[in-house]
Amino acid sequence: MKKTPVVPVGIVAAVLAALQLLATAFGREYYLTELIMAAYYSVVVLGLCLLMGYAGQISLGHGGFFAIGGYTSAILTTRHLPWAAGTDWGGWLQRAGVLAARQDLYGTDMITVTPTAAFAAAMALTLAVSLLIGYPALRLKGHYLAMATLGFGLIVYRIVLGSEFAGAADGITSVPPWRITPGLVLSGRRAVRVANYYAAWGFALLVVLFLIHVTRSRVGRALRSIHGGETAANAMGIHTAGYKLKAFVISALLTAAAGCCLTHYNGGIWPSEAGALKSVRYVALVAAGGMANLWGVLVISTVLTFLSLRGCFGTFDHAVFGIILIAIISLAPQGPLKPVAAWLRAAGRALRGGRAGDFAGARTHHA
Amino acid sequence: MHQLLQYALSGVTVGSIYAVVAIGFNLIYRTTGILNFAQGEFVMLGGMTAVSLAAFVPLPVAVAGAVGIVAVCGGAMEILLFRRLRSHSLLHMIVITIGLSIVVREAALHVWDEKVRSLPYFTGTECSSVRILGAAISPQVFWVLGTVGVVVLALHVFFRHTLTGKAMRACSSNPEAAMLSGINIRNVRTLTFTLSGALGALGGCVISPMAMTQYNMGTGLAIKGFAAAILGGLGNPMAGVAGGILVGLAESFSVSIMPAAYKDATAFAILLGALLVRPHGLFGSNGAEGAREL
Repeated sequence: MKKTPVVPVGIVAAVLAALQLLATAFGREYYLTELIMAAYYSVVVLGLCLLMGYAGQISLGHGGFFAIGGYTSAILTTRHLPWAAGTDWGGWLQRAGVLAARQDLYGTDMITVTPTAAFAAAMALTLAVSLLIGYPALRLKGHYLAMATLGFGLIVYRIVLGSEFAGAADGITSVPPWRITPGLVLSGRRAVRVANYYAAWGFALLVVLFLIHVTRSRVGRALRSIHGGETAANAMGIHTAGYKLKAFVISALLTAAAGCCLTHYNGGIWPSEAGALKSVRYVALVAAGGMANLWGVLVISTVLTFLSLRGCFGTFDHAVFGIILIAIISLAPQGPLKPVAAWLRAAGRALRGGRAGDFAGARTHHA
Repeated sequence: MHQLLQYALSGVTVGSIYAVVAIGFNLIYRTTGILNFAQGEFVMLGGMTAVSLAAFVPLPVAVAGAVGIVAVCGGAMEILLFRRLRSHSLLHMIVITIGLSIVVREAALHVWDEKVRSLPYFTGTECSSVRILGAAISPQVFWVLGTVGVVVLALHVFFRHTLTGKAMRACSSNPEAAMLSGINIRNVRTLTFTLSGALGALGGCVISPMAMTQYNMGTGLAIKGFAAAILGGLGNPMAGVAGGILVGLAESFSVSIMPAAYKDATAFAILLGALLVRPHGLFGSNGAEGAREL
């Protein structure tokens, strides 16, 4: 990494801390709940941003990966495993931290997989599925890839909707909290809300830093060259298929991780998380954020997701989302942050005593 | 035997609706490169408008009126939005059509409501059926199949034998050359959107008695129509018809072997399998216009 983007990270961290302090000070701490959820959804959108914005490969199936992550966690951590009760290797697995005895909501004793082990299993499953889907699908181009990934997402949706083990239309509820470290529990209880807020946003910022690192490295340059022209990239000796698959797998893993975390936070998961509408929404958020623009994507997805979750537009929620989407993309296809940043830079220059003409000139130039 | 026939007929009927949506996809895709995900919304709007009009005027007039109104909506979409977005990438345009489909759907929810509506059967009632080789078929099925057949034939004649149709084909195969020979590309694009709107609305009207019309029916249809267009090979309206019928058949036969809940999953699994074997669709060729990059 050439240089860590200290300034943007600092700004975002400061804004997040200020939001938390304001929310607490004004007794509006429940806003943090939506901000936490928005953070996890942003991780999904950021992962997709790597694939779409940098590698130029569309995926309309990321809701499917989200559901694979979330449902694997939910199923493993809520299913009682009676065979593990008295047997030798049941005890051995318990000592290894894979299984744990706990009580369910009604006080019945049960032995389930621990959230950490379930997370590992979810990641492994996602890795396998994304390789299995990505390897053949990424040979497809443009719209054909869009269809293949859309089909994948719909298959996952239909399976979770139609299967008894996934709770069918009701989804899975009473997913236990995830004790990551002492003092940090992923759960929706009020007592741990502030800690969860910082944990979620810490995760999201780490993902941004990781993706900035990836996109500035050799891998990032390779991905961009694929976006620019795959044949040319191939001719330059870049193993395009391998890089595309890597980007696909990374974004699938990030999505599934966000799915796991959000499932523990919400205490459940529902089939709608796998629906085509969700996948389309992630794609739309990447486009609205400016495609190859990690900060823009983070800000836009957080703001729009927060407003939707908060229910700010009432019954017009979807309509407003659609209108904002159309407006942003038709007016500022590079993402709304670029014009704003250009304007701020120009304003800063004008304040430092530049000629008055600089301001208008720079503004039109950057826009 | 007659059970097979029953499945096949229901598959062909559903498939022919997907085919109408696929034709609409292909028309717009060919001349503009845009995948119009609002195509399913045209179907919904057509059905909804016709149901509302049918309260005041006779059925044929209501259908004609609905087709006309939605056609104007399609044209207006191009003139007001896509004509002005020349510096945008195709992916941006596609996401805009997704945004449009959301807006249209929500607008329909607020203009009408969430109730399920339907047009009356064109002939007979919901109980009447025709028996062919032991399979019971609603008379509306013949309306659907007949309408789709006439539309496909009319489009074929239009593209082959009229000047406007030839101009549209010219625009899709080489826009610059078409422009140089004096074709007004912008107007051709507007015409394409108008035509797709009209087609979608007509489809929405003929299926309304059997499949019902609801504000949120567009998304599912757009997805299936897209699948049909892709399976046939993008950019070829007639291949879209074959794709649509195949998707419909896959769906209806999968019900006979798999639980109904997995109906769509099976259809899409077959589609994925087909794509892996034929990456440019069943009738598409490598390097054809279908392989346009996003």
